[in-house]
Amino acid sequence: MRRRTEGLFTPRGWAGFLALGAILIVAVPLLNALPAGAALQLPDYLVPLLGKYACYALLALALDLVWGYAGILSLGHGAFFALGGYAMGMYLMRQIGTRGVYRDPILPDFMVFLNWKYLPWYWYGFDHFAFAVAMVVLVPGVLAFVFGWFAFRSRVTGVYLSIITQALTYALWLAFFRNDMGFGGNNGLTDFKDLLGFDLHAASTRRGLYIASVVALGLGYLACRFITRSKLGRLLLALRDAESRVRFLGYSVDHAKLFTFTVSAVLAGVAGALYVPQVGIINPSEFSPGNSIEIAIWVAVGGRGTLVGAVIGAVVVNFAKTWLTGSMPEAWLFVLGALFILVTLAFPRGILGLWGQLGFKPPRPPAAAVPGEEGAP
Amino acid sequence: MTPGAAPETLLYLDGVSVSFDGFKALNNLSLLVERGEIRSVIGPNGAGKTTMMDVITGKTRPDSGTVLFDGDHDLTRLDEAAIANLGIGRKFQKPTVFENLTVFENLELAQKCPRGILRTLAAALPGRQRHEIAETIRMIGLAGRERAVAGALSHGQKQWLEIGMLLIQDQRLLLLDEPVAGMTDRETEATAELVLSLAGARTVVVVEHDMEFVRSLNTRVTVLHEGSVLADGSIDFVQNQPAVIEVYLGR
Repeated sequence: MRRRTEGLFTPRGWAGFLALGAILIVAVPLLNALPAGAALQLPDYLVPLLGKYACYALLALALDLVWGYAGILSLGHGAFFALGGYAMGMYLMRQIGTRGVYRDPILPDFMVFLNWKYLPWYWYGFDHFAFAVAMVVLVPGVLAFVFGWFAFRSRVTGVYLSIITQALTYALWLAFFRNDMGFGGNNGLTDFKDLLGFDLHAASTRRGLYIASVVALGLGYLACRFITRSKLGRLLLALRDAESRVRFLGYSVDHAKLFTFTVSAVLAGVAGALYVPQVGIINPSEFSPGNSIEIAIWVAVGGRGTLVGAVIGAVVVNFAKTWLTGSMPEAWLFVLGALFILVTLAFPRGILGLWGQLGFKPPRPPAAAVPGEEGAP
Repeated sequence: MTPGAAPETLLYLDGVSVSFDGFKALNNLSLLVERGEIRSVIGPNGAGKTTMMDVITGKTRPDSGTVLFDGDHDLTRLDEAAIANLGIGRKFQKPTVFENLTVFENLELAQKCPRGILRTLAAALPGRQRHEIAETIRMIGLAGRERAVAGALSHGQKQWLEIGMLLIQDQRLLLLDEPVAGMTDRETEATAELVLSLAGARTVVVVEHDMEFVRSLNTRVTVLHEGSVLADGSIDFVQNQPAVIEVYLGR
């Protein structure tokens, strides 16, 4: 009767989703495990790089859920990503134990260096993996909930909300720079040795982390798809376009936004937690306001309000970044800026919209509320 | 039961005043609307019609005065969503439907059912509700357009869709702010029929500029001027009041 089919995907959609997942999960590690020098062998350095892209894609997905659907342009999602990363980093620091430079069984090196005698209370529990995982979810989730509670109740919307999310990540950026905070200051947390007993430098552990990242991305995608295809998803699109109408229909706009924002922050936190062991470091630069803006660019480039677009955007932009910062480091920022201007002015619906315009596939109902872009009958 | 609100009164406004930066949008406004009644409210620009709607729906808090719904619900203490859930629906002056959703989806969101976020997340659409949506689509004359994106509808069709959203929300009191603005004559006639067909089952307050439309409704008319009631009665009666001619019809 209409676009909405029951369930998450059509049978064909499921087949495609699972096939792609199987290729990413099975083929990449297998190719990497081939003996060095074999024709199709995937070099070791590429595995964590692909894992990193999967984390970025999950982060982009999280932003697309709040921006593309609920219309909340958060320019502070890097903060939730970094907090998830720090929670994981704290676990990894505690795992170092006596293998640190100062061989202190309890205190991480930077605390010994600062002449600290005791572990700060907020580091307690991080020697347990399960506790760290709980914090990966809870810290970004609770921060988003409290922040959202005040912001949405006060009806802060649009550009004002974007600005205070920037302020949030900026404040955390400054705070985490301070040595007194007990998170390693400027240097952050690094020099990790192992995770659950697996050596982080071993190729097999890296393959495992890569697989975990792809699985998290897949599950995150399913969760977002479940939300956006539910009646709540349609409510989010409705409140993005006519917020007060939704209120007069009797829905709590604040609750809908709060739910979505919190779920999104948790997804960002999980992405950060998977990212840190693969890159081997977490430091305050992850909180930098510019980082959060870059996430919005990934989503815009891919096509917001589509979920798939966010994933594509994150991978494409980061691939370009990896390639350009290697070959022409000074050009990258110009390319990024040009990309954003180009997407905003010429392709407001990003790569996916472009794909649709070329006649490959009808894009999902007009996701972007761009003036003069009324849906066709 | 609060003094002054008889059982047959659905909406009770007494001594309501609202001012914005010294400008008195509503000045000691008192108004009673009975159950099942259709009431037209007219008045020149700035008479306070929209502000009155804002006060009733919780968008604006009055500086003073009493606003009661269905006996003892004090509307000045509730927010928009709570008031909507009490059974007061509003159609805006500028039609506001969800332009990126289809006609069907617009009605699905408006349909009376639990409004909690988790309930909405898990909501299914049983046949009974589908049927009710189809019924409403027919009633507002949009049969065959259920899959059309609301943004692609004509201005008049958007107005109907918005009225349909109030109907399917099962609201007891419908506030219609200029429901025929921008409609063709034929659309205006069809809208009058639709509104009249609601009498009895629902209570409707229509704010309108279009005198032909008000005349075709042929209901009790309240004339607002400078934030309070200037005259009240049948259209013929108020149109012959010298004060009304002076401020409104005579212009």
